[in-house]
Amino acid sequence: MVTRGFVGRRQSPETGARLPPGQYLTQDFPILQIGPNPVIDMSTWRFTLREGSRPIKAYRWEELDALPRTKWHGDIHCVTKWSKFDTQWEGVTIDDLLADANISAPTAYLLAESFDDYTTNVPVVDLLNGKAMIATRYAGEPIHADHGGPARLFVPHLYFWKSAKWLKGLRFTNTDTAGYWELRGYHMYGDPWREQRYIGD
Amino acid sequence: MSSGTSEIEPATAEPIVFRWHEAEVASVTVMTPHVKSVRLRCALAGRQRAGQHVDVRLTAPDGYRASRSYSVASVPDDSGTLELLVEGLPGGEVSGWFFESAEVGDRLELRGPIGGSFSWDGPDGGPLLLAGGGSGVVPLLAMLRRRAEVAPAIPAALIYSVRSRAEAIALEELEARHRAEPNFSLFLRTTREGEGRRIDAALVQAALASIGSPTKVFLCGSNRFVSPAADLIMAAGVPATIIRTERFGA
Repeated sequence: MVTRGFVGRRQSPETGARLPPGQYLTQDFPILQIGPNPVIDMSTWRFTLREGSRPIKAYRWEELDALPRTKWHGDIHCVTKWSKFDTQWEGVTIDDLLADANISAPTAYLLAESFDDYTTNVPVVDLLNGKAMIATRYAGEPIHADHGGPARLFVPHLYFWKSAKWLKGLRFTNTDTAGYWELRGYHMYGDPWREQRYIGD
Repeated sequence: MSSGTSEIEPATAEPIVFRWHEAEVASVTVMTPHVKSVRLRCALAGRQRAGQHVDVRLTAPDGYRASRSYSVASVPDDSGTLELLVEGLPGGEVSGWFFESAEVGDRLELRGPIGGSFSWDGPDGGPLLLAGGGSGVVPLLAMLRRRAEVAPAIPAALIYSVRSRAEAIALEELEARHRAEPNFSLFLRTTREGEGRRIDAALVQAALASIGSPTKVFLCGSNRFVSPAADLIMAAGVPATIIRTERFGA
């Protein structure tokens, strides 16, 4: 179905090749979240790995910050259709985190959990082999609270709602358990290159 | 979500599936120098909760597509249409088409309604504190329209920050509601005319005094509006857990 009079704004071939379907390039850094930034006290901040309700290991800020650090440079894609190119992040890969906890992933899925009670589900395989990190720095600086600091999950090959802001833990689950947006019609996996915005896409 | 909120929860185990539906432009009306009201006839009309949005998709003759999200301004009625209030943004790919080209009978696609906690209906209760900046007032307008229909006894206040009266969306309707609805108050701030003031602690206090302690707070606008508005409202003692935000642009 063609919309009369619509031409559209075509991207250059170079930009177009980097944009997943249905996305447009933005230069700013939009902020999307369900409520105000949660108040986080760094002296009591904890990051907890759990299997179901059982805690596996908890980290104080200084402990997480002391783990090996990895830098990442590339493009991010939000389900609300903006993409941002050439972003720089730094943090602790999930591989390094699990190695420090001296465990291998006990299940194939997990829920990322945030200080504002937001949750989102990700298959564990999508977090391993350097594909994801707990990011603590953006563009060389500590991540601003507006963008999920002090620490956020960072899974750049999936739509950015999977990269939970204000991360407080990862909870391994036996099944792929829908998180906040996934319960409200968003796709369980969220691959921008297959345009998996909503269930059924 | 935290237990302090009573938002929409999935009622059944059935997954929500958003499919594209054809829609037809039923009317185009100039609202302000920068905003048009577009009524779209679509099978989705009537399904929305106040505050939710739809995705709009336009297709060019060569198959190129672009889609964007728009808040629904209208509440369910028997017209078979949804109302969008579209701001003509410079260089806006989809808003530009709406603003410059759209005519009655034009066809496009919609899906939705989409949105979790940024929505309201009568059973969610109140008092309601709403704060909108610029075109961020649109989902709040839908909430006020719904409230007037189903729960006019619920106290509600709208803080509305806009550059000038001429640019205020639905100002006539909002001022009429302010006069006619005993439990609703409008707190308008114009940032670039008159005293040129932004939202401040005194305005938040006045809005809160008009409704008592809110149980639901909805904020919508740019980051430049929403972040300070949320800070002022929390500084006035409103718990973060009842505040829901929606932002656009930078």
